[in-house]
Amino acid sequence: MQTDATIDHGHAEKPPHLRFQFSDSARQFHAAKFGMWLFLGQEVMFFSALLCAYAYYRNQFPVAWSMASHRINTTFGLLETIDLLFSSFTVALAIHFVRLGRRGITTLLLFVTLCCGLIFLCMHSYEYYTEWHEGLLPGRFFHPEAEWHLPMESAMFFSCYFFTTVLHSIHVIIGVGVLGVIMIFNIRGKYSPAYYTHVEVGGLYWHLVDLIWIFLFPLYYLVA
Amino acid sequence: MSLAAVEEEPRHPEGAEPDYIRGKSGVMSWVLTLDHKRIALLYLGTVTLTFFLGGVFALALRTELLVPENGVMDAMTYNRMFTLHGVTMVFFFMIPAIPGVFGNFFLPIMIGAHDVAFPRLNLASYYLYLAAVCLGLWGMIHGGTDTGWTFYTPYSTTTTTTVLPILAAAFVNGFSSILTGVNFIVTIHTLRADGMHWMRLPLFIWALYGTSVIQVLATPVIGITLALCAVEHFLGTGIFDPARGGDPILFQHLFWFYSHPAVYIMVLPAFGVASELVGAFTRKPLVGYRMIALSTFGIAFVGFLAWGHHLFTSGQSAVDAGVFGFLSMLIGVFTAIKMFNWVGSMYKASIVMAAPFIYTLGFFFLTVFGGMTGVALATISLDVHWQDTYFVVAHFHFIMAGAVVMMFLGALHYWFPKMFGKLYTEGPAMVGAVLVILGFIGTFTPQFFLGNEGMPRRYYSYPAHFQWLHVTSTIFAYILFLGLLLVLINLIVALANGKQAPNNPWGAPQYEWDIPSPPTEHNFPATPVINRDPYEYRGQEIIENAN
Amino acid sequence: MKVGVMILAAAFYNEWMRKLLNLPPQASSIAEGVDNLLFFVIAVTTLVSIGFALVALVLWAVYRNKGKGTVGQVVHPGIMFEVVAISGPLFFFLLWFFIGFRQYVEMESPPDDAMEVYVMGKKWMWKFAYPDGPNAVGTLHVPVGRPVKLLMTSRDVIHSFFIPAFRMKKDIVPGRYSELWFTATEPGSYEVFCAEYCGTGHSMMRGEVVAMKADEFDQWLAQQRNGFASRQQDSAVSTEEAPRTEANMVLQGQRLAGEKGCFKCHSVDGQPHIGPTWLGLYHRHEHLSTGETINVDEPYITESMMDPTAKLVAGYGPVMPTYMGKLTAPETAAIVEFIKSLRNPELQAQPSEPPTYEPSRR
Repeated sequence: MQTDATIDHGHAEKPPHLRFQFSDSARQFHAAKFGMWLFLGQEVMFFSALLCAYAYYRNQFPVAWSMASHRINTTFGLLETIDLLFSSFTVALAIHFVRLGRRGITTLLLFVTLCCGLIFLCMHSYEYYTEWHEGLLPGRFFHPEAEWHLPMESAMFFSCYFFTTVLHSIHVIIGVGVLGVIMIFNIRGKYSPAYYTHVEVGGLYWHLVDLIWIFLFPLYYLVA
Repeated sequence: MSLAAVEEEPRHPEGAEPDYIRGKSGVMSWVLTLDHKRIALLYLGTVTLTFFLGGVFALALRTELLVPENGVMDAMTYNRMFTLHGVTMVFFFMIPAIPGVFGNFFLPIMIGAHDVAFPRLNLASYYLYLAAVCLGLWGMIHGGTDTGWTFYTPYSTTTTTTVLPILAAAFVNGFSSILTGVNFIVTIHTLRADGMHWMRLPLFIWALYGTSVIQVLATPVIGITLALCAVEHFLGTGIFDPARGGDPILFQHLFWFYSHPAVYIMVLPAFGVASELVGAFTRKPLVGYRMIALSTFGIAFVGFLAWGHHLFTSGQSAVDAGVFGFLSMLIGVFTAIKMFNWVGSMYKASIVMAAPFIYTLGFFFLTVFGGMTGVALATISLDVHWQDTYFVVAHFHFIMAGAVVMMFLGALHYWFPKMFGKLYTEGPAMVGAVLVILGFIGTFTPQFFLGNEGMPRRYYSYPAHFQWLHVTSTIFAYILFLGLLLVLINLIVALANGKQAPNNPWGAPQYEWDIPSPPTEHNFPATPVINRDPYEYRGQEIIENAN
Repeated sequence: MKVGVMILAAAFYNEWMRKLLNLPPQASSIAEGVDNLLFFVIAVTTLVSIGFALVALVLWAVYRNKGKGTVGQVVHPGIMFEVVAISGPLFFFLLWFFIGFRQYVEMESPPDDAMEVYVMGKKWMWKFAYPDGPNAVGTLHVPVGRPVKLLMTSRDVIHSFFIPAFRMKKDIVPGRYSELWFTATEPGSYEVFCAEYCGTGHSMMRGEVVAMKADEFDQWLAQQRNGFASRQQDSAVSTEEAPRTEANMVLQGQRLAGEKGCFKCHSVDGQPHIGPTWLGLYHRHEHLSTGETINVDEPYITESMMDPTAKLVAGYGPVMPTYMGKLTAPETAAIVEFIKSLRNPELQAQPSEPPTYEPSRR
């Protein structure tokens, strides 16, 4: 929790990060977190529309869904899940250490988180590449091998899969960018125990990116 | 002074600080402003342009409808006209107008804050909106699209018209809406001045709060839906294509899941303005403050559950239809609560007649009629006849024009002295208001009769027996346009030549009338402490006006 | 006598209100009930709106401001005020809802003995097909006093079949069938509109329903069937695109059938093969593997292409692959038109004979 121990309210001396519309740092910090939670709320609504489409079509074509799910790389999916879970852990640690003023470790942890994001993107790109070659693409691009006996409706699985995972990957890219910027700011000494809002709020965003994946993984990779 | 200063020293001695318009100068100080009031004026300029653009599309299509076929344009042009009219009005005017202009300007002032919680995000919201408008204009210049603002699949995914820029424009506009909603909610929660407890908030703030909740939760869904539609149009992924197992009705469900709450994004701020106008022009505290405040959340919540009433004839089950119809009825009750309380506040009042209150009276009639025809449409067996006819068109124009445009114009006149420091001339303003109200009534009442007779919407040509009602509607549309022109000209003249406005020309009790007209950059010299209710009169007097 | 007067008064009221509100004639069995509810709802709406406006104007007149410092009196209405504000509207809204819902359920419940007609909507025309009878474009003949059930689908985008005089409407969606039923009560000709935007010709996509007295209808139908094999009433309804003649679609269908491999299993000369022959297939009465008999019409042919094992002809194996995703809507329509062109009047009356060898299993 940010403290205002260093700020003397009696004199008009304000910390540099305090904006004029806020009366104190605590309120500003609370506002930033609240704003990010609201933003995460709308991100959830964003993905829930796709979840609706998924639920509807899976209910229509249960067999096609399951057969399609078998064809995507569950091992990669599992590794990506572990990767993102680990990155959530490292970003939470980063917040812990920035609160303690341990700038170096914070930078390292942010870097590791960022790398995990990049690893996720690489692995996922490889998955897309494989699916491209195997003809496991949405709609009119769906040309699987005949021997897999995939029904036509499986194309709908891939429509949902590509749209949702690409959207998620875009959020990962944004998250990596945000973490990169925060890491650079941290190196430059912008954050301190009195002010680390960006790290906290960026961390929250990263947790959401991870959380969405936790839902996507079983829904797409583990269909019985 | 009813706002007590706090222990801090004021930044500048009172009176020496310039107002927010004359303060920082130079184009960049406006283009990159972080002042919520300047951002409000940026919105005002843009929504005025989009409103008139949408109006031009409307006049064009009404002119074509003077004759049963082959009037001033061909069928495809007509189809683009009604689509672009809908897109421009819904996305580029109705959704941003009242929150973007009056919400931005007055939300911080009304809660005793110096600005919103996230001023840079606020500016970003405006530029996202502007980018959306530019994308839309670019699409329109390239011919626009003809799908209707509802973009139903599979027509929208197979049309050869330029639908992609229009979809993109609506998508970007959604982000502007979401960020404004986030900003307003956080501001209301965290920047209320001391003494501003929840039951002392002006009702306009309650309305903005409800609106913002809907904006944050519903808008992402339309974003995804339009993105899915665009991807299918561009790539043929098949998610709504029955030949690939897709379901076009899924699009309708996803679309209306946002678009029904969206109408409450449009109407709740208008209801908020109505509360402010009633409080100011009846010169007494509003009746039923708590009921009006809380019914806002009733509308917001139940509004999320009623979307299926747009699909009564689309092919959903009777059970679904029943549930959606029943829930739709409940929303009408919350609105009725507000209406009873507003009109009830006129009892034993001391009513001032001025342009803002003329708009309010028009608002009362148009909103009750528009709202109750909405309830009529939710009566399922009647909707089977009325769906996709002019009855629906008349209903939503009564509400959108009747509630939102009336209250936009009412707010503009009411807050004009505060925002610009000038007084407008009351005579032409009142004439303009009457012309606008009569023009709206005359344009859209014939359309109820057209709908009853079976005239479908989005029709370029029609059987001759519908013609006389179309001609009547068009004539009044021109009267409406003239009224709006008069209103615009009157206000522009006032901007140029109006008399200097005092702090409180209306003698109104609300908090914003205690600060200078126009306000200073940071609204208050020091953070205020609020020690009275917003509609409590303590001797404020009306100051004689420009006429 | 009193009852007679009341009935006359009710009829007069009904007709007067209908004309006042500009509604079309009530030409179906549910129209009058719908209109009664409509009159109730609109009357209350109008009265309440004018009421609010009048009350506001009166209050303004009585409580006008009399001085620049004068304020209004603080009024705290009792809880009854809010109770009335809530319960009054709620009572009416729920009453209307329940009456309307009951009517709606009736609209969704076609009688079992309803005469079925297939409706196909496509840009920008309506095609009607009676199960054993003629086809028509744009004009639907129905008997007065007998329920008619329309089974509707679209060939391309969403359309909507709207008969204002019957107070009935239903969207027509590609890829599925929607149902609409009515019983016409008055002979006459009634406008049909498309009520879902579908492109340039949307407002020209009109039709008519001709309701005839029951015995006249039966006569008309019989006449149509006798002349059916040799002519087809294909009065071209407008379209702003270059009109596609039947010959073009038929040739296109023939080409597609070759390209998509249909001829591997279906002959056009009457020989049963892996699948039923296409010669005389249209309007043939086929026995299905389930025991029922169906009449081969456009919906059945389409369904067989998309979901071949759903209604399998008896004696044939479930070996046909699905063409879902492999044919666009226009291509499907072209193949159907090709099949329809393979008509041999003599074969029409006979069902398919099973093939004389065991079909190969896939």
